Amino acid sequence: MMRGKLSFGQRAVLGAPYLWVVVFFLAPMALIAKISLSHPAQARPPYEPVFSLSDGLAGSLAKLQTLSLDAYRTFGEDRLYLDSYLTSLAIAGVSTALMLLVAYPFALAMARAPRRLRPILIGLAVAPFWTSFLIRVYAWIALLKDEGLINHALMALHLIDAPLSIYATNVAVVIGIIYSYLPFMLLPLYAALERQDPALREAAADLGASPAQVFWRVTLPLSLPGVVAGCLLVFIPAVGEFVIPDLLGGSETLMIGKTLWTDFFANRDWPAASAAAILLLVLLIGPLLVAERARLRAEGKPT
Amino acid sequence: MSAGVNLARRAAMVLGFGFLYGPILILAAMSFNASRLVTVWGGFSTKWYLALLDDAAMLSAAKISLEAAALSATIATLLGLCAAVALARFGDFSTRNLFFGALHAPLVLPEVVLGLALLSAFVAFGMERGFVTLVIAHATFTMCFATVVLLAALRSCDPTLEEAAQDLGATPLQAFVLVVLPSVAPSLVSAFLLAFTLSLDDLVIASFATGPGATTLPMRIYSQVRLGVTPEVNAISTLLLAFVGVALGLSALAGRPRATAAGDLA
Repeated sequence: MMRGKLSFGQRAVLGAPYLWVVVFFLAPMALIAKISLSHPAQARPPYEPVFSLSDGLAGSLAKLQTLSLDAYRTFGEDRLYLDSYLTSLAIAGVSTALMLLVAYPFALAMARAPRRLRPILIGLAVAPFWTSFLIRVYAWIALLKDEGLINHALMALHLIDAPLSIYATNVAVVIGIIYSYLPFMLLPLYAALERQDPALREAAADLGASPAQVFWRVTLPLSLPGVVAGCLLVFIPAVGEFVIPDLLGGSETLMIGKTLWTDFFANRDWPAASAAAILLLVLLIGPLLVAERARLRAEGKPT
Repeated sequence: MSAGVNLARRAAMVLGFGFLYGPILILAAMSFNASRLVTVWGGFSTKWYLALLDDAAMLSAAKISLEAAALSATIATLLGLCAAVALARFGDFSTRNLFFGALHAPLVLPEVVLGLALLSAFVAFGMERGFVTLVIAHATFTMCFATVVLLAALRSCDPTLEEAAQDLGATPLQAFVLVVLPSVAPSLVSAFLLAFTLSLDDLVIASFATGPGATTLPMRIYSQVRLGVTPEVNAISTLLLAFVGVALGLSALAGRPRATAAGDLA
């Protein structure tokens, strides 16, 4: 479409959300990028320098020179942050892989159900997404605790003698992430599987493929875009997760969302928390942008 | 189709839905348990719900949450509608990519990052943290979800209808209000309900954005949950789940299943 001038009315319509986004999203993001280069201080707000219009140009320049990369440099030295990042990536990665194993057969079963049932089934599968995240995580505490329902049931069945310690471990966090994010994985998988033309599978079977071969060589490869989309939708928010590691995890569960929260609220180290946020952003959004570019380039190519 | 494959599909579905709904249903059942212990069924009782009525802090938190959700969802839906119209109808205006990116970034941004950024900005702007900043913060992140839902609706709405109305003498505004708005009305409802439930659920962004005077329901529940599982929390949780269930039913009646709206997000 032509790059044209907007009419007055169009400017007004665009102006309201644009102004809101600039003031309450872009400016705040720029601000934490700046705070991450500041020093912690015993003040309100607890960092310096604080720029103000009264400084004038010379004053601002002098303050600019006091900006530093100290907050970032500590990441190299401070094991806490490095460990948090690594644990976050590991927990999110394991959860995503396991969730794919849980979600794939479920999505496949829904996508192959009778056509008129499908919208109802996927609607039911996604409905928990609309209920409170906090409450869904909380529900697992009662199940996983040492004196909780799962241990109680297993002991009553004499499958175990002593309660399994799941609560307050990384295992509980993985279970919590799988449970909470399952709808995000199911939707793209279901969409990719439901779209597939059944004639392709029939053709493969006619040509002598066994059901297993049909799955491995037709169904699975064709659903890969859904697999990638689902994994990204789950992995990215899971890395920065705060509620699940805080409620279900234990002292061993160092996840970056929680470390950032503690730095901010308990330690009041705003520069360190801001630097952690910026690093998290680069770490998560960077690969997403690269993937998006690759996708656009692939789509732009004539097939 | 072999019987084995059918059986495997049934099993996958039973296990899947059992996993999704089991914990929620157990939680709801526990809220009617007369006993304080999770593993002991002490008989049916509604006493935990009655106890909620005496919990003034919980009730005022619920009031603040509902007010903030209603207000921020209204702002988010209006701003989201403007943004979606601009993105769908105004062609390739300058800085469109920046606008598009800024509207979609909060969808994938970890909540802690957005909360931290908003709090830093409120402090820098010299705004006292409380109900107003809570509404602003919630409107900011729910507006992105509303925009995605409305953008999908506007894109599936045939632009020739609007052009036909204008050919017949309607002004652009009339064409929009009389032709486009009615056809995206179900999505407006979806967008509002999505923004409302997201705001009602949110713990992380609210914890950063709000002040001592305006504690939200999730914050209140969270502070109690940290102390352990209690029947009162089970009761308020069940009420919230029921509330969302009713909202889901209403929006299904409004014409467009919310699964589709959620599908737009994915």
